[in-house]
Amino acid sequence: MSELLTVEARGSSAREPAVEAGGSSAREPGVDKPAVLETRTWWQRSLATRRGLVVPGLVLVAWIVATHYGLVNKHLVAKPEKVVTRAIEELRNGGLLLNLFASIKRDLIGFVIGAVAGVLFGGLLGVSRRSERLFGPTFHAAKQVAMFAWIPLMSVWLGTGEVAKVVFIAVAAFYPIVVNTQEGIESVAREHIEVARAFRYTRWQIVRKVVFPSALPSIFAGVQTGLIYAWLGTIGAEYLLSPDLGIGNLMIEGRESLQMDKVLLGVTVVGLVGASINLLASRLEQYVLRWRVTAFEARQ
Amino acid sequence: MPQPEVSYQLRAPEASAASEKPAVSTPLSRLTSSLGSASVGWIVPAALVLLWTVAADRGWAPPQFLPPPSTVLRTFGEQYDSGELLTNFAVSLGRVAGGFSLGALLGVVLGVAMGLSRTLEDYLSPLFRAASQVPVLGWLPLAMMFLGIGESLKLVIIAHASLVPVAMNTLKGIQSVPRQYVEVARAFGYSHGQLLRKVIFPASVPAMFVGVRYGITQAWLSLVTVELLASSEGLGFMIVWGRQLLQLDLVLAAIIVIGAVGLLFDKSLALLEARLLRWRPASTLAGGHS
Repeated sequence: MSELLTVEARGSSAREPAVEAGGSSAREPGVDKPAVLETRTWWQRSLATRRGLVVPGLVLVAWIVATHYGLVNKHLVAKPEKVVTRAIEELRNGGLLLNLFASIKRDLIGFVIGAVAGVLFGGLLGVSRRSERLFGPTFHAAKQVAMFAWIPLMSVWLGTGEVAKVVFIAVAAFYPIVVNTQEGIESVAREHIEVARAFRYTRWQIVRKVVFPSALPSIFAGVQTGLIYAWLGTIGAEYLLSPDLGIGNLMIEGRESLQMDKVLLGVTVVGLVGASINLLASRLEQYVLRWRVTAFEARQ
Repeated sequence: MPQPEVSYQLRAPEASAASEKPAVSTPLSRLTSSLGSASVGWIVPAALVLLWTVAADRGWAPPQFLPPPSTVLRTFGEQYDSGELLTNFAVSLGRVAGGFSLGALLGVVLGVAMGLSRTLEDYLSPLFRAASQVPVLGWLPLAMMFLGIGESLKLVIIAHASLVPVAMNTLKGIQSVPRQYVEVARAFGYSHGQLLRKVIFPASVPAMFVGVRYGITQAWLSLVTVELLASSEGLGFMIVWGRQLLQLDLVLAAIIVIGAVGLLFDKSLALLEARLLRWRPASTLAGGHS
């Protein structure tokens, strides 16, 4: 049974970060990866690529056959080429870009507010034991409420317009960033702080030069999760609050008018934006934390 | 030689930088030490409730916008007595239980299959990764077109929300089983079944659990959202209903229950995890002879 051999041949790092949302595996520092790739030749890798295309290809063929030979309700299921023409059309008349920009704009504004507040609050909880005792329990209790449940309440207090959407997105990004910032700061090695103390660092210097840099990887993990949640929050807020420009609204519109091509276009764009945000965040992380990789290599 | 050790122990700093005890005792720190750490956590909620009571009492906001805590409590009691609350609670919980068991089961099966067979992983994981780039809620309008807004929609959305994280983390867990474990098992002449049952599976349980915890959080989040958008019963529907009648006491009562369920999930999973992983600190090999 050669398949079990593959278990053996793979990387042996048991400390790899867990996959939280799919596809964010780019977050790994990239150090553990080569061990996996090395075991496969060029031919094996291209074989893997071709195998990966088989299932999507089959789905596409089934879709084409089903829609062209009337195997499914043609009012409900759009033909694949219709989705492509719809995409071109929406790109030409600018509707898609207008919706896309509206969504990305509110996503980013909300995210930045939530991230800044999250790092500050998480930093406070991590650095000061007293504020953790004071605010921690309330924060952790509020975190348990599934975030979309707040939307109807917010809509009463903040209206159903842009303000409510941005505030909600900020809240969505806030939670994971607080948690990760706090954890990152609490796991700073005490030896490092000892050394800084021996060098007579002031408290502020310790925070800035020791605690913050060692907490940075964890903060970045929080930022990535925060980005994912902010995007999820953007879509959800657009569904639930007043209709305006936005990808979520494009999809709701498409569903209400039974235009599956429009909905599928929305699904694709939502996925592409999510993937690009992830990619950008992990590139930024690699850039900001590039000293960390060198430190790892130096240890080898 | 022990000199640095001694100074080290004398200082014995906490893990965080600023945890040195302040030389001057502030009123807050005196309060902290006199009340103990657990009760300090109640200060903020108590202050919030006080502020809320005063705000509602003085009419800083109209009662439709901010019902006083007493009204929320009374509504909670009424809803409990009439059975409405429990019915909606049971409906929501039933949906999560059904969708999550389906999704988690499929996720573990898929994750294990992909973890053990690289061929299968090659075939399935690219599609998996691509599909998981779209957040669960992104699929919602499409799913609503095909499934309508009935029970099957909720089941499918929740199953999907839990399947992806469970499958991905299971795959990751199996892939990161240290190869030494497998080699030792081989040296002891374990059969493939034994290897799977006694080495690979136990060693990948922690990662699997990460997936399960994340999956159940996602499932609960998705369910509440689906109920907000398209449902005629359940806790999410209670919120929408209260919002439409501008009865925020009802909305707040439902939010409290939603938070309590989230807490329940979190705590019970942490407990289960601790129980399942009891063997970990004691044993050096993932043999599972307990």
